[in-house]
Amino acid sequence: MATYLEFIQQNEERDGVRFSWNVWPSSRLEATRMVVPLACLFTPLKERPDLPPVQYEPVLCSRPTCKAVLNPLCQVDYRAKLWACNFCFQRNQFPPAYGGISEVNQPAELMPQFSTIEYMIQRGAQSPLIFLYVVDTCLEEDDLQALKESLQMSLSLLPPDALVGLITFGRMVQVHELSCEGISKSYVFRGTKDLTAKQIQDMLGLTKPAMPMQQARPAQPQEHPFVSSRFLQPVHKIDMNLTDLLGELQRDPWPVTQGKRPLRSTGVALSIAVGLLEGTFPNTGARIMLFTGGPPTQGPGMVVGDELKIPIRSWHDIEKDNARFMKKATKHYEMLANRTAANGHCIDIYACALDQTGLLEMKCCANLTGGYMVMGDSFNTSLFKQTFQRIFTKDFNGDFRMAFGATLDVKTSRELKIAGAIGPCVSLNVKGPCVSENELGVGGTSQWKICGLDLTSTLGIYFEVVNQHNAPIPQGGRGAIQFVTHYQHSSTQRRIRVTTIARNWADAQTQLRHIEAAFDQEAAAVLMARLGVFRAESEEGPDVLRWLDRQLIRLCQKFGQYNKEDPASFRLSDSFSLYPQFMFHLRRSPFLQVFNNSPDESSYYRHHFARQDLTQSLIMIQPILYSYSFHGPPEPVLLDSSSILADKILLMDTFFQIVIYLGETIAQWRKAGYQDMPEYENFKHLLQAPLDDAQEILQARFPMPRYINTEHGGSQARFLLSKVNPSQTHNNLYAWGQC
Amino acid sequence: MNVNQSIPPVPPFGQPQPVYPGYHQSSYSGQSGSTAPAIPYGAYNGPVPGYQQTPPQGISRAPPSSGAPPASTAQAACGQVAYGQFGQGDVQNGPSSAVQMQRLPGSQPFGSTLAPVGSQPAVLQPYGPPPTSAQVTAQLAGMQISSAVAPAPPSSGLGYGPPTSLASASGSFPNSGLYGSYPQGQASPVSQAQGHPGIQTPQRSAPSQASSFTPPVSGGPRLPSMTGPLLPGQGFGGPSVSQPNHVSSPPPQALPPGTQMTGPLGPPPPMHSLQQPGYQPQQNGSFGSARGPQPNYGSPYPAAPTFGSQPGPPQPLPPKRLDPDAIPSPIQVIEDDRNNRGTEPFVTGVRGQVPPLVTTNFLVKDQGNASPRYIRCTSYNIPCTSDMAKQAQVPLAAVIKPLATLPPDEASPYVVDHGESGPLRCNRCKAYMCPFMQFIEGGRRFQCCFCSCINDVPPQYFQHLDHTGKRVDAYDRPELSLGSYEFLATVDYCKNNKFPSPPAFIFMIDVSYNAIRTGLVRLLCEELKSLLDFLPRECGAEESAIRVGFVTYNKVLHFYNVKSSLAQPQMMVVSDVADMFVPLLDGFLVNVNESRAVITSLLDQIPEMFADTRETETVFVPVIQAGMEALKAAECAGKLFLFHTSLPIAEAPGKLKNRDDRKLINTDKEKTLFQPQTGAYQTLAKECVAQGCCIDLFLFPNQYVDVATLSVVPQLTGGSVYKYACFQVENDQERFLSDLRRDVQKVVGFDAVMRVRTSTGIRAVDFFGAFYMSNTTDVELAGLDGDKTVTVEFKHDDRLNEESGALLQCALLYTSCAGQRRLRIHNLALNCCTQLADLYRNCETDTLINYMAKFAYRGVLNSPVKAVRDTLITQCAQILACYRKNCASPSSAGQLILPECMKLLPVYLNCVLKSDVLQPGAEVTTDDRAYVRQLVTSMDVAETNVFFYPRLLPLTKSPIESTTEPTAVRASEERLSNGDIYLLENGLNLFLWVGASVQQGVVQSLFSVSSFSQITSGLSVLPVLDNPLSKKVRGLIDSLRAQRSRYMKLIVVKQEDKLEMLFKHFLVEDKSLSGGASYVDFLCHMHKEIRQLLS
Repeated sequence: MATYLEFIQQNEERDGVRFSWNVWPSSRLEATRMVVPLACLFTPLKERPDLPPVQYEPVLCSRPTCKAVLNPLCQVDYRAKLWACNFCFQRNQFPPAYGGISEVNQPAELMPQFSTIEYMIQRGAQSPLIFLYVVDTCLEEDDLQALKESLQMSLSLLPPDALVGLITFGRMVQVHELSCEGISKSYVFRGTKDLTAKQIQDMLGLTKPAMPMQQARPAQPQEHPFVSSRFLQPVHKIDMNLTDLLGELQRDPWPVTQGKRPLRSTGVALSIAVGLLEGTFPNTGARIMLFTGGPPTQGPGMVVGDELKIPIRSWHDIEKDNARFMKKATKHYEMLANRTAANGHCIDIYACALDQTGLLEMKCCANLTGGYMVMGDSFNTSLFKQTFQRIFTKDFNGDFRMAFGATLDVKTSRELKIAGAIGPCVSLNVKGPCVSENELGVGGTSQWKICGLDLTSTLGIYFEVVNQHNAPIPQGGRGAIQFVTHYQHSSTQRRIRVTTIARNWADAQTQLRHIEAAFDQEAAAVLMARLGVFRAESEEGPDVLRWLDRQLIRLCQKFGQYNKEDPASFRLSDSFSLYPQFMFHLRRSPFLQVFNNSPDESSYYRHHFARQDLTQSLIMIQPILYSYSFHGPPEPVLLDSSSILADKILLMDTFFQIVIYLGETIAQWRKAGYQDMPEYENFKHLLQAPLDDAQEILQARFPMPRYINTEHGGSQARFLLSKVNPSQTHNNLYAWGQC
Repeated sequence: MNVNQSIPPVPPFGQPQPVYPGYHQSSYSGQSGSTAPAIPYGAYNGPVPGYQQTPPQGISRAPPSSGAPPASTAQAACGQVAYGQFGQGDVQNGPSSAVQMQRLPGSQPFGSTLAPVGSQPAVLQPYGPPPTSAQVTAQLAGMQISSAVAPAPPSSGLGYGPPTSLASASGSFPNSGLYGSYPQGQASPVSQAQGHPGIQTPQRSAPSQASSFTPPVSGGPRLPSMTGPLLPGQGFGGPSVSQPNHVSSPPPQALPPGTQMTGPLGPPPPMHSLQQPGYQPQQNGSFGSARGPQPNYGSPYPAAPTFGSQPGPPQPLPPKRLDPDAIPSPIQVIEDDRNNRGTEPFVTGVRGQVPPLVTTNFLVKDQGNASPRYIRCTSYNIPCTSDMAKQAQVPLAAVIKPLATLPPDEASPYVVDHGESGPLRCNRCKAYMCPFMQFIEGGRRFQCCFCSCINDVPPQYFQHLDHTGKRVDAYDRPELSLGSYEFLATVDYCKNNKFPSPPAFIFMIDVSYNAIRTGLVRLLCEELKSLLDFLPRECGAEESAIRVGFVTYNKVLHFYNVKSSLAQPQMMVVSDVADMFVPLLDGFLVNVNESRAVITSLLDQIPEMFADTRETETVFVPVIQAGMEALKAAECAGKLFLFHTSLPIAEAPGKLKNRDDRKLINTDKEKTLFQPQTGAYQTLAKECVAQGCCIDLFLFPNQYVDVATLSVVPQLTGGSVYKYACFQVENDQERFLSDLRRDVQKVVGFDAVMRVRTSTGIRAVDFFGAFYMSNTTDVELAGLDGDKTVTVEFKHDDRLNEESGALLQCALLYTSCAGQRRLRIHNLALNCCTQLADLYRNCETDTLINYMAKFAYRGVLNSPVKAVRDTLITQCAQILACYRKNCASPSSAGQLILPECMKLLPVYLNCVLKSDVLQPGAEVTTDDRAYVRQLVTSMDVAETNVFFYPRLLPLTKSPIESTTEPTAVRASEERLSNGDIYLLENGLNLFLWVGASVQQGVVQSLFSVSSFSQITSGLSVLPVLDNPLSKKVRGLIDSLRAQRSRYMKLIVVKQEDKLEMLFKHFLVEDKSLSGGASYVDFLCHMHKEIRQLLS
């Protein structure tokens, strides 16, 4: 543990946790003065190939309000077979199975290297994964064809016992029955009518069997699977059927007259999908995958009317309060999202269209349930196809890299309270002694539900130090936080992952240096950014920027060293040096700037920002720029216009875009065809190098970034130019360039 | 003498007709005059009775022989003869008299009281049937007469009194009146006279009967002489006397009548003879004569009052009862009309002609008026003023069947295409060009015959006039020379100003547990596979333009995509029944040939798919809504075929509850049983009509399904309802499939609007039938087929003009099954009269009954059934009383005098009153009543005729070789002989009644079992055996079925078997178990009512 940097990195790798402060100020007052709140980025399912799950259940603290899990930080009395909870100090008896416990015979959860440990629970019926496709049929022919192929392909990627269902929609919504032979059967719903879950279930015949069926066939223990099987079937059984069905899927047959948008009942389709799962498989892992090629144009959740002459709302309209349908639609989708979350299901949105598709209104469906949001131009692009395929990639165990229906339970030692979380989660509204009254993000609870998460899903969790200034913590005291994540693994097992961490307290007055050195500016930047974005969702853009600025100023005030009236004297220590730069780019980022972005795009960017881990988040805030030249290996360069040089190739990664930019000279060379001449093979290699690197990034990232290959003067060079710090412009190019 | 002879022909009633031909108008006038004469009656009464009888008797009978049987034949013969002779009023009369004779027989019974006659009566009865034609009146008259004759007896036979009245009815007396002395005699004679003439052709003329009475007048002269004799005759053994008369001329023919007459009639015959001479007599004669009895009648009658409710009281009389044979017999009237008017084509050129009866086969030649197959009126002579109309109380109504199917030898209406300008119409009243329009100013203008507006003739339509003021091209243009024709409609006549697309048929099949269990679904699907090849098409078209769609349903609806490009049909379930919509556009309605493979596959799979269903609940309104929405989406009109099994109790709009409550019967709340439970059905129907969506409903209930509510939509959209209670494939398959085939194949017009225009002075004020009206003039029909009729009632607006008559124009705008928009026009000119007698002479009782039944059946929706019955009786009494008062010659109040044309009114009316709707028996369900009520609403005259008075055909009476349909017998148990087999049909039911002592050979050859006891009761199919009898009977059954619009399921009933109760229900002349009066009793009651009105 040589430096804090290493410490931080090690912690991240082991526990998936990055704190803004790694030494905690010991009183509320001081903590407040630190400007950046005590918070962490927590990746619940941080991939740990070296961490095999243990096959038993965790031992819990017996105090009903605590129920913390036995962990390496607990004090254990081996002789008395007792352990003391490090959160509530309750003394607990070990369960009988732990009878043989001793200093040399410790269970895994007591070993320090198992600060993160995963338990596998054998109890309870295992229910298969469920994938419910909700497919828009108001697509262009080739788009629909491409989508159908992607869906058919996906069938082969699903585990054979996974249940699949199909709902298609256009003017009407059709729920396809998958079990029948011969005639293909579907239940049709009007696209304009909002139905309650009860109505939907009645209409699908899901509630009917309750009475007569039971009497008719008393020996039918598995009522549920039987009932729902009409719509949700194991892949292996209806593979062919469904493939045919998808193959026969036609574009919505209702005529669309000139000057109209097709009538698209997305709102009702989603509502039915939610209702269907709600009635049949509550609290089991399920993905509702919505594929839509345009905005909802009718029924509840409509975003725009079907008149083409009235364009879909823009930021401008929203500011002018001109977006007629927005509030109602948002309400509809929020209601759906909350219901879905309550059932432990998640909703993915795959929206591919050139115009907006209503992501702004629908975003909560993905945001609150941990679903994915993918935005593309067409289903017939590799961007969509590969992104979609990537959802079904598997880990080294052959399991999907996704998990379902998780609840995250956070426990803190008594000096801390939980202020809130920001991420793809909803509050479970569990009040407790460790819940703060001040909310940051989604607060007022110590538990959140994350219906869908993958290995990189990351939550920002914010704390509040409540220890009073006049009640100092003894030297060497440590604060502890425990994250208990219950989830359904993609192999359908229930698992519990427990991460317990502890950090030292320090008195900010006497040990400010300590605290300063333990500042994690990257984590802090991301955590502050999440707060900013969270605010931006509900507040006016300029207010958020002002708030961010003020925070930055205050931080610099607190930790910077300067002489009054002398800007040149300003210094920040290493651990803070990059922070202002992050803030600078954050202010320019699409997360906070809506200019030049549609409301849908903003929603899309913010969605991803709120769930990616620290590294990806940082890339989003401040894109990475690599420079390739004959002078040596590629090197990262400043995201600044001064980095754009004629004899360099630049590779920029903004997370959402990968841009390869050939400098002026390089572009000329390429045009002249040097790369094809054997004597200039090195040039060929130079040209190839960024391509290879880009490919590597593309392979790993979800969702697939937009890939742009351009050169000096190319129209698409704008993607690069818009990102770099404009230190050189046509106004100052020469002045600065010379010096 | 001749007259007498004619009398024998029993058809007596019909008789008058023959006369008519010859006489027609002139005779009438005469008659009217004659009425006055009635006076004589008083005396006559006595004679009359005898009289009536006499005629028949007179003829052959008078003598004991009374070979009734011969009568029939004889009559026929006579009738014909008469005809031929025409010129010879006498001769004709003769036949007519014969008719009377028959009645007389009827009267005889009464007469019988007289004693001497007694013996004869028996004979008469047998006769009865034939004589029936003789109008009741006649018989009654006879009755009275008899009473009169033998005052004592009558009194004793209080009950009988009534009969007497009948006699009086014979109104014919009035004629006799002329005779003064005659009175009675006349009556009888008259009746006879009528009978004679009427017999066949005469019958028709009978209508004129009213006038017929007058005839008596003419007859009067003779009568007197006759009377004299008659009276004596009566007085004596009336019989003998009468006979003599009859004998004189008709004797041989008369025989039959004679038989009847024998007893009492005796005297009457003479009358006849008298009348006959008068010729008019026929009319009068027929009835009048009979009247004699009235006197007696009257007295006995008193008891009658109770009658209405129950014949009971009168019963005491029984001993002396009216002889059923003496009262007017429907069979006789029908037979006479057949014989007299079935041979020559009915040419429509003359205004105000009364067409032959609906039971007669005749050919129609359109010469400017619509065929009676399209329009029949209650009267072809309309009173000029509303006062007259009010006085007569005869409803003025037309029964219109705009798309009636014509026999193959009559041409269907020509289609006229006037190009883009469309049909030529009057600018003011919008009437269409028709033969009655008057061209003036050299053909440059025309005057509208309806509103008198003068219109310019468009240049392209201009044509010169000939010297008579007729366009020279009149005969080249159907609209100027025919009564019925069609115009091609222009786009202005189309919805949304767009030519319609071809209509569609949607089959909507209940697949709930009940439907599956009974095998209905499988049967239906199997049948549809072949049936779809026979969708109606425009004549000449290679394939039908109609598209088809399929829906199945229980609690939810399943739509099927059967697009030709699909390998398999696709099912789409819509469970949102509260807010129905159509889930697919493309592929729901398809061309049968293009999608045959998919459709076949679908029909194969439907029964399989639902084979295990446990769903018992069904919906109804959403199903229709769905069909309608589908048509709306496809922008076409069409028809839904709904196959439904149970009360729709599933949670959905139009949900019904079981509200069947027999306790409501005979209470003020009974009407609720006929009203729909909720308004949802009417609302829906309205929407359907707007879309041109017609619904045909096939019901297969196991229990109460609330037909009253379910049938609302079919009813208002011009559809049909079929009901197969307790459907079982084995038993009902043939019936259902046959109905279905016919229903699917029949030609239909869609999205129709019908409007009836009339010349100034009268106006269509009320409409009955299966349709919807959103205003007071336009009858809107989502669909209209060749079986549906609309009955229209007219009222006076103003004074009519005798010269110009009254015109009706019925215009029907509809979409043909190929999607062509057309206008069908029917025109009919009627006469107008200032004399009530003319009205009564030109009435059509069958049509009248059709109207009254529909009126009553609608009445039960709003009034207690009892009130409705009373209204009918009152109206009928008023009609007859008015006649008696204004047209019949004065006679004793005790006489029942019926106009010739209406002599069947009482018997038919009684049938209506006893029908299930108005007087339900214990075994009749609420659904049955609602079903029948609904059926009758759109029945045409022929259907109501046989429905209310079933045909009872003896099968073993005529030689096996004879190929003609056997002559029916009256619907009374007395007419059944236990050694015979009978067929009974009423258009809905078909019974084969087997007498207990039928010959074994017959049993063997029909049923293939050796004895009566081995015949399975309730059998519904006769074994196919290769012997003449079996072939003949089965052939007959087939031909009966072919005549009816619905397949009649056969039920074999054995005498003395419990099923016989069911059968007896249809013997409408008898007292019914549910309290319906017997014919005789009712007649008595009627007479009493009339007398009350007159006093």
